[in-house]
Parts: sequence; C-alpha cells; structure tokens
Amino acid sequence: MIKRLIITLMASLFFIGSAAIYSDEAERVTFKNEQSKSDYTVLVNELRCLVCQNQTIADSDADLAKDLRAKVFTMVEAGQSRSDVIDYMTTRYGDFVLYRPAFKMKTLLLWLGPIVFLFLAIFFVIRWVRKQSVITPPPTLNEAQRASVRDLLNKTD
Amino acid sequence: MKKSALIPLGIFAVLVVFLAIGLGLKPREVPSPFIGKPVPEFTLPKLMAEGENISPQALKGQVWMLNVFASWCVSCRAEHDVLTRFINSEKVPVLGLNYKDEPKDAKAWLAALGNPYEHIAVDYEGQVGIDLGVYGVPETFVIDKKGIIRHKSTGPVFDETVQNDLLPLILKLREEQG
Repeated sequence: MIKRLIITLMASLFFIGSAAIYSDEAERVTFKNEQSKSDYTVLVNELRCLVCQNQTIADSDADLAKDLRAKVFTMVEAGQSRSDVIDYMTTRYGDFVLYRPAFKMKTLLLWLGPIVFLFLAIFFVIRWVRKQSVITPPPTLNEAQRASVRDLLNKTD
Repeated sequence: MKKSALIPLGIFAVLVVFLAIGLGLKPREVPSPFIGKPVPEFTLPKLMAEGENISPQALKGQVWMLNVFASWCVSCRAEHDVLTRFINSEKVPVLGLNYKDEPKDAKAWLAALGNPYEHIAVDYEGQVGIDLGVYGVPETFVIDKKGIIRHKSTGPVFDETVQNDLLPLILKLREEQG
C-alpha cells in the first residue's frame, strides 16, 4: 500500500517537473501583439543552441540560450521581421545556428539527397520486380528425351 | 563466386569510409562566419580604469588578439598560464573581453593569476559576446593590422595551439602590409 503511494507520488512529481521544464517561455512574457508572439515562438524553435548543440534555444536552459531568447524577444517586439532575426543570428553564428538550413549550393545534398535516394530505391525495386515477373519458358525437350519420359510414365508396376 | 555477392561488401566499405571521416570531425567546433571579416565595433567600459572606455580602434595597425574570458570559467584558468607565457614572449597586444562577469571577481582573479592583457573590456550583459558569435568561453581571435579577423580558436589555448596555430599565424601577419 505504502509502496504504491510512493510510486504514485514519484510519478506525479516527475510530471510536475517535466511540465515546468517544457513550459513555453512565451507564456511568461507579455507580447505587444499576436504577430510578435507567433514570430517569437517560431524563431526560438528554429534556432540552435550553440552550447548544447542538439537543442533549440527554446529547449535549452544554457545561459547563452537565455540571452539569445531575450535578443529574439527584443527584436520581434521592436517590429523586426523573422528574416531580420535569422540574418542577425547567421551573421554571428553561421548557418549552423539554423535548424532549417537555407537552400543553397552548399546545402544542396542535404536537401535533395533524400529525394535522390528515394528515386534510386524506386528504380531498383521496379527493376527487381520486373525481373521476378518474367515467366520462365517451359523447358524444351528433344525427341529422344520425350521418348524416355514417355517410357518412364508408362512404366507401371 | 557471383559478382553480386560483393555488393554487401562494397556497401560496407563505403560505410566504413564515411564513419571513419565522421570520427575525425569535431562538431563542437562551429566554423566562425567572422573569418575574413572586420572585427565588430564596440565601446565598452575598461575593467581597470573607472570611467574610461575601450574599443578595438585602440589596437588598429597592429597584429593583436582578442581573448574572451571570465572568472567563473574553469577552462580560462586552465589556459591562463599558456596564454600569459605566449603573450609575454611574443609581445602580442591582447584585448581581454571579460564576459558576463562581476568586475570585482574578475579583478580578484587577475590579481591572483596575473594580468597579461593590454586592455580589458567589461561585457557585463554579454551583448558584445553575441556580436562576436561567442558561444563558449574561452575564445581567442587573431586580428590583423587592417582589423580583419583571421583566426578564431574556441576553447582553452594549449601549448600545441600556440605552436601549431597562433604563433605561425601571428608571425605571418606581422609580415603583411598594414
């Protein structure tokens, strides 16, 4: 009984904890309008935290991520567009800061690679299926072979 | 043996090559977009002189380094000795950027370990740090006579970094026309 209670308590604590971690920064600050809020939300979820490289600045609790979130906030509140903020970040941190990299010569393989591989796979599957479905013609026998088959079939005990 | 039996071996060989390349990469080292660009302008208060400001203009015309440090940063303590020896032996002017630090902590840190910097700028809010694309302290920039950033190293400076990167580059840049 007590054991079960402890487990329930721990489980609920776990959920409270995670709710606090993932609660959106946008809810804690007030925006001047909806546009500003949606720009902010999109941007912080698209910019990479340079310190903890597999998190966005929205997810990360690193000091730098906090500073960058604050910077995004001041920029969107000042009426700057999403691309202004993206430009600001890429001139300082490079394309690496973007979770959705720009489409250009250097990133061509990144964007088109999966499509190329998909078409390659389709091509090979089609070729393989075609090869399978070719009906193998029945073996042709010459007269001597036919006679021996007939012999075998007629041989009754 | 049929030729097609070699296909898996071929795929495996290609995978091995890619994985071997992947092992050698350093994802922590983000290429700086500042290489070849002028050092961003800023004016910040000096740490050691109350009421005075410092900007990169003060070092124009020389080959200099900008070192981002903080008293709370453990790797800065680790590199401090190496950096000091290098600065003193080569007489390189260095602007220290005291990043997101309490001035009194920074002063105590320098008093204990020694101060190799020619100037120290206080970046209390970390704004200049953002303008320089700083993401991990310490970072060291090498700037040429024209004020162009030529090299950036992220993380502590080791003896190897000095021997392989910083020293040869600084000697080369000193030969260039200002």
